[in-house]
Amino acid sequence: MNPSGDIAQQQSHLIMVSTALMLLIIVPVIILTLLFAWRYRKNNTAAKYEPDWDHSTRLELVIWGAPLLIIIALGLLTWISTHLLDPYRPLTRLDASRPVSAAVKPLEVEVVALDWKWLFIYPEQGVATINELYAPVDVPVRFKITATEVMNSFYIPALAGQIYAMPGMETQLNAVINKPGVYEGFSANYSGAGFSHMRFKFYGTSQADFDKWVDSARASSETLDRATYTEVAKPSEREPVRRFGKVDADLYEAIVNRCVDRNATCIREMVAEDEARATRAATSVSLAAERSARRIAQASIDEVCITPTKKN
Amino acid sequence: MHEEMTLTKLILGRLSWEAIPYHEPILIGTFSMVALGALAVLGAITKFKLWGPLWRDWITSIDHKKIGIMYMIFGLIMLLRGFADAVMMRAQQVLSFGDSTGFLPPHHYDQVFTAHGVIMIFFVAMPLVTGFMNYVVPLQIGARDVAFPFLNNFSFWMSVFGGMLTMASLFVGEFARTGWLAYPPLSGILASPDVGVDYYIWSLQIAGVGTLLSGVNLIVTIVKMRAPGMSLMKMPVFTWTALCTNVLIVAAFPVLTAVLGMLSIDRMFGTNFFTNDFGGNAMMYVNLIWIWGHPEVYILVLPVFGIFSEVVSTFCSKRLFGYTSMVYATVVITILSYLVWLHHFFTMGSGASVNSFFGITTMIISIPTGAKIFNWLFTMYHGRIRYELPMMWTVAFMVTFVIGGMTGVLLAVPPADFVLHNSLFLIAHFHNVIIGGVLFGLFAGINFWFPKAFGYKLDEFWGKVSFWCWVPGFYLAFMPLYVLGLMGVTRRMSHFEDPSLRIWFIIAALGAALIAVGVAAMLIQFFVSFLRRKELRDVTGDPWGGRTLEWSTSSPPPDYNFAFTPRVHDNDAWADMKKAGYTRPLKDFLAIHMPKNTGAGFIISAISFVVGFCLIWQMWLLAVVSFVALVVAVIVHTFNYKRDYYIPAADVTRTEEARTRLLESHV
Repeated sequence: MNPSGDIAQQQSHLIMVSTALMLLIIVPVIILTLLFAWRYRKNNTAAKYEPDWDHSTRLELVIWGAPLLIIIALGLLTWISTHLLDPYRPLTRLDASRPVSAAVKPLEVEVVALDWKWLFIYPEQGVATINELYAPVDVPVRFKITATEVMNSFYIPALAGQIYAMPGMETQLNAVINKPGVYEGFSANYSGAGFSHMRFKFYGTSQADFDKWVDSARASSETLDRATYTEVAKPSEREPVRRFGKVDADLYEAIVNRCVDRNATCIREMVAEDEARATRAATSVSLAAERSARRIAQASIDEVCITPTKKN
Repeated sequence: MHEEMTLTKLILGRLSWEAIPYHEPILIGTFSMVALGALAVLGAITKFKLWGPLWRDWITSIDHKKIGIMYMIFGLIMLLRGFADAVMMRAQQVLSFGDSTGFLPPHHYDQVFTAHGVIMIFFVAMPLVTGFMNYVVPLQIGARDVAFPFLNNFSFWMSVFGGMLTMASLFVGEFARTGWLAYPPLSGILASPDVGVDYYIWSLQIAGVGTLLSGVNLIVTIVKMRAPGMSLMKMPVFTWTALCTNVLIVAAFPVLTAVLGMLSIDRMFGTNFFTNDFGGNAMMYVNLIWIWGHPEVYILVLPVFGIFSEVVSTFCSKRLFGYTSMVYATVVITILSYLVWLHHFFTMGSGASVNSFFGITTMIISIPTGAKIFNWLFTMYHGRIRYELPMMWTVAFMVTFVIGGMTGVLLAVPPADFVLHNSLFLIAHFHNVIIGGVLFGLFAGINFWFPKAFGYKLDEFWGKVSFWCWVPGFYLAFMPLYVLGLMGVTRRMSHFEDPSLRIWFIIAALGAALIAVGVAAMLIQFFVSFLRRKELRDVTGDPWGGRTLEWSTSSPPPDYNFAFTPRVHDNDAWADMKKAGYTRPLKDFLAIHMPKNTGAGFIISAISFVVGFCLIWQMWLLAVVSFVALVVAVIVHTFNYKRDYYIPAADVTRTEEARTRLLESHV
C-alpha cells in the first residue's frame, strides 16, 4: 500500500486500525494456544489435570463477550467508514486538512473497459485516450465506469479502491490524487486471455501540465466516432497509448446503453418502453376502476337524491 | 456429401480430431503418464485376479464404511491433480517476468487456475469431508448403516463420474478459462464459445446430484437412526457439525443446480438470463452463485470443526469444554452463513448501507467461530495432552486459522475490500482458512480414524515428516501472497512486468516445493504403514483412548458395526461406558438385517457421464439415446426387490468370538 490520494490514504488507514483492533484478540489467542499446548503436555505431571471439568459460566461469558465487544467496535467503524468512503459519494475533502469548496466542480472522466484495454473519455475537454489517464493534483475526479463485453474492475491502487466495470451498467468512483507522479492502473477482475496486460499509466500532474496535455490530445487528428470505436473495441492486447482529438458527444451514453451499433435498441429505450407499457397497463386498470367508481357514486347520488327536476 | 456432413454432426457433434491436444507437449506428457499408470493398475488387477472382488466388495458396495473409504481415496487422488495445477501456477508466476512469458500461454494458464479451484473445492475438499461423514457418523450414532444405503453408493459414483468428466477435459477438448465460479458474461456463449464451460457445467451438475442426495441421506440418518438414549444434545460434536453441514448442503446445492442450469440454457438455447443484452443481467448470476458459494465454505469447514473437537478432547484426555456453546455456535454459523454472500462482491457497486449490512453480518460470524477456538483452548487447559499426529495438526490449525480469520474479517470491511478484493491478499486469506482449517483438519482426521478403518495406525515418523513440511511450507507459500496483495498485485495474472515482485513469488514457489515434499511424505506414510501393518496393528479397537461410540467396536468394524445397538447415557458415550465398567456381550447374538450390494449406482452414474459428455459435445443423437438408457436403468433398478439379507446369528457369533479371542490374546 502506497497511497497518494486521499481515498486510498483513508482506506489504508482503515486497514491498519481494523488490523490493530483484531490483533487485540488474535495475539492473546495465539499466545494462550502455544502456552497451553506446552504447559499441559502429557509429561508435565506437575500441571493440574481435571478430566471432567467442562463448563464455566464465567469463562463462557468471556469467550462470547470479548469477540462481541471487538465486533461491536469494528461494526461501528465499518458502518461509518463504508458510508464515508462510498465510491458514489462526492468528495467533501481533498485531504485531512482541506475541505472541498462547494464551488469546485469535479473533473469528469468516462471509463470504458474494453477487451483488453482501457478507454478514457473526457467529456468536458472533448478528448479521449486509450491506456492513458491524466488528472490534475488536488482536483476531485468523478469516474463513470462501464465495460463492453465482460466484467473488469477499474483499479488504481495509489488513488482509490477498485470498482467493477460492467457492460450495460454504470458504476462510479469519486477520488482525488494529492501527489504528482506516475501510477499504475489496471483491471483487477479476470477478463480473459489478455487480462494480464490490461494496464495503463495514471499521471497526477499540476493543473498547467494537465491543460498542456489536453491541448496535445486535442491536436491529435484522430476522431473517436462510432465507426472508430467499433474498430477499437475489437479484442487486442498490449495496446499502445492512443489519443483522440475529437469524441462523439453521445458515444459514452451509447456504450452504456449498448447501442453503438445504430441498429441496436438502447437499453434506456427498452426500459422506457417497458415502463410505458407497464404504466399504460396500470393506468387502464386504474382508469377503469375510477370510471366504475364514479358510476357507482353517481348511481347512488341518483338513487339517494331523488328530485323531480333531475328525473326527466 | 452434405447429408453425410450432417450425419457426422448428429453423431459426433462438435467433437473432432482437433479436440485432442496433441500439439501441447505438457498434456501429451501428462496423458502418457496417466495412461501408463492406468495400464499398470489395470494390469495388476488382472494379474492378481482382483476384478471380481473389486466389483463385489467395493464398486457395488453399499456399506457406508467402504463408501467412506472410497470417497477418501477419490479425494486424495484428485488432490494430486489439483496440487499439480498449483505447482504449475507457482512455476509460471516465477518464470513469467518481463520478456519471458513462462511456459504456459494464457490459453493454458487460464484453464489451469480454473481447474485448480474447481477440483480442490468440488473433487478434493467435498469428497474428503463427505467421506468422513459417511464413515464416522453411523458409527458415532450407533447405527449399522445410513438411512438409504443404495442412495449412498449412487451419490458416491455420481461425484466420481462428475470428477472424471473434469479430468476428461484434459485430453479431449479443454476446460473452462473463466475462473472457478465461471462468471458470465465471460462464461457466456459469446466470450466462451468452446466446450470448456460446458465441461465445467456438466461436471458440477452430475457431481451436484451426488452431493445433494448424500446430504439428504445423512440428515435422515442423523435424525432417525441414533442409538436409544442419544438425544440431540448427547450427540457427538462431529455428528452435530455433520448434521448442520448437510442441512446447508440440502438448502444450498439446489441453488447451484439452478444457476448452472440457467447458464447452460443461456449457452445452448440463447435465452438471456445472464447476457448483456435483452434484459439479461450478469449480476444475478454473481448473487445466485454466491448464495450457494458462501454456505459451501461452511459446508467444508463445519465438519472439520467437528473433527478438531473430537481430536482435542480425546488427546487431552478430557471432556470437551463448553459442549452446549459449541453446538449453539455451530447452529448460529449455519444460519448466519446464508446472510453474508454479498461480501464476495462489495465492489459491484451496491450502496453503502447494503455493503455495511453484509460486512457486519460477516463479522458477526467470527463471534461463534471465535467461541469455538476458545472452547478448544479451554479443553486443553487442565488437560493431559498427548502429541500424537492428530493433535499436532490441531495445534497447527488453531494458530494458523486465527490468522486466516483475522484477514477474513479485514476483507469484510467494505472500504478495505475495495483495496484488497481480487488481490493475492484474498488468495492468501482463503488458502489460509482452507488449508490451515479444512485441510489440516482432514489430515488430523485421517491420522485419527485410519486405525479404525484399517485396523492399524499410520506410521508416525513419515506422518511427522509430512507435518513439518506442510506447516512451514504453507506459511512460506502464502505469507508472501499477503504481502503481494497489499502491494496491489491481482490474482489470475499469467505475466508480470515489475521485476521487484519476483522475489516474493520465488519464496512462495519454495513453499509450494516444501508442501510437495509433505504430500510425498504422506503417500510414503500410507505405503510404509501398510508394510508395517503387523507392528502398527490396533487390536483393541480403541487405540487413542477414544470417547465416542466408534471406538467401542473393533478396528476395522464388522459389516454390521455393532452386534447389539448400544444404549447412550452421555455425550461422551464410550468414555462413559468405559467408566461405568462396560463389558462386551459375549452370547445370545441375533441375526442382523442388512442392505444388499447392487451395481445400479455405478451403472446409472456411468450412463450419466455419457449423457454429460454427449451434451458437452452436442452429440444430440447419442445424448437422447443415453438419456433414454439412463431412465430405463433407473426404472429397472426400481424393480429390484432383493435389496436386503440377514447375517445369520451363527456368523455374528463367530465374528464376535474371534474378537473376544483377539482381545484376550493381547491383554
